[in-house]
Amino acid sequence: MAGSFKDALNSGEFVITSEIGPPKGTDIEEMKHNIELVKDKVHGLNMTDNQSSVMRLSSLAGCVIIKQMGGAPILQMTGRDRNRIALQSDLISASVLGIDTVLCLTGDHITLGDHKDAKPVHDLESVQILKALKTLESGQDLAGNKLKGAPTFCAGAVVTPEADPIEPQLLKFEKKIQAGAEFFQTQAVYDLDNFKRFMDYAGRFDVKILAGIVLLVSARMAKFMNQNVAGIFVPENLIAEMESVPREEQLKKGIEITGRMIRKIKEQSICHGVHIMAIGKEHVVPDILRAADLLN
Amino acid sequence: MIVAERKPFDEIKDMLAGCNKVFVLGCDTCVSVCMVGGKKEVGVLASQLRMSFKKDGREIQIDEDTVERQCNREYMELVLNKLSDYDAVLTLACGAGAQLLADLTEPLQVLPGVNTRFIGMTPRDGTWEERCRACGDCVLDETAGICPVTVCAKGILNGPCGGTDHGKCEVDRDKDCAWTLIYQRLDKMGKLDHMRKVFPPRNHLAQANPARQIHEVYKGE
Repeated sequence: MAGSFKDALNSGEFVITSEIGPPKGTDIEEMKHNIELVKDKVHGLNMTDNQSSVMRLSSLAGCVIIKQMGGAPILQMTGRDRNRIALQSDLISASVLGIDTVLCLTGDHITLGDHKDAKPVHDLESVQILKALKTLESGQDLAGNKLKGAPTFCAGAVVTPEADPIEPQLLKFEKKIQAGAEFFQTQAVYDLDNFKRFMDYAGRFDVKILAGIVLLVSARMAKFMNQNVAGIFVPENLIAEMESVPREEQLKKGIEITGRMIRKIKEQSICHGVHIMAIGKEHVVPDILRAADLLN
Repeated sequence: MIVAERKPFDEIKDMLAGCNKVFVLGCDTCVSVCMVGGKKEVGVLASQLRMSFKKDGREIQIDEDTVERQCNREYMELVLNKLSDYDAVLTLACGAGAQLLADLTEPLQVLPGVNTRFIGMTPRDGTWEERCRACGDCVLDETAGICPVTVCAKGILNGPCGGTDHGKCEVDRDKDCAWTLIYQRLDKMGKLDHMRKVFPPRNHLAQANPARQIHEVYKGE
């Protein structure tokens, strides 16, 4: 979609973002194909930063490609692999390349990825990266040195509405706002009643919240996430609904469920938009949007 | 205290391959408490080595002793004259003790018999837990006496990351999330406002590598 992501955030319209996982290697054809499929149908496209601590093409390079293809990139920046010098350098580099929307994350731990014996950096975590954005915008670096030209950013962060216990998570959410977060993409939500309760609280703050929607591709995946992914809870009734159809039709069912959830979030104005994560199935994002009545 | 673990026996034996006369030196402070390098462990390892080499048909002289503290020059001076005729000293002290030994006995070969692991405490007999990274910039006053730099797998300062789940850490579901523990204790203390403090990035200069400290009285000596 034309126009900047920040304009879309401030326009009051229902904001849609999605994400692309860059490849491990130099073959970017599939990534470009997926970008092409969705870039004009969403307001912003996240490019993940060595997601799950698995070494891949950088989020910055991926964002440049989205930009070249006419999309609106959202640069994911974690503190896992870079210290404050590298992070600030990448941030001003992103800025001069026309990439100004940044999602600030602590990053998964190294041991969850494919280079388990690498050195975890964590010089800055999410709150401190958000603050680094603001510091750079003020024309200084984190050491107080003057910049020759200051960037401007649209700063984003993540929150987990299903976290248990939720209180420390909410305190951190408030710190992120204090540190300059303008928008949040949430961890996956499936129980919309729970999410509404979260929004009763989060709605008091002057930030935009995009509900994280992770496509269910199978009942097995739903059960796996319940067992293994922090902060994700797929209710039994959704798992049963996935299981009500044969295995080969479960992806279609997942698209239907996802579309229905997005439609409900929009119709009931539960939050300001959605962030659609179709991990490994990015090509079905247009089908999800169609199922959500967001695409003709 | 410093917590170490004994290196595997075969690794130790391999290190001694070219030696005919070896001294096994223990330390009766930290590594003694964690039961890897005190007098008793020195005795066991020395006997094990003697038997093993004998079984291989190799004649090796292995002698032993344990000093009060290998990282302290005064204690080391009591034992230095015993070590001069050996091909190597196999030390069961921590890395600091091993290095003072190497400095004081140069050019004698000093071999480490343990892997030094962490600064820890003993929550119960036989268990040691890392609780201090010696970061040089203590924040325990803000974090209810639980160190996030050490106890959090990412060492982060501003609250739990998204990987925490039901009070456990994303790295290991058997490990507690440091920030959940901090939150819970601050809550009990009635000091949850500490959770709202935005910590600036850590000052890594406080952990200068390698660090050195000289007492006021000894400066200029």
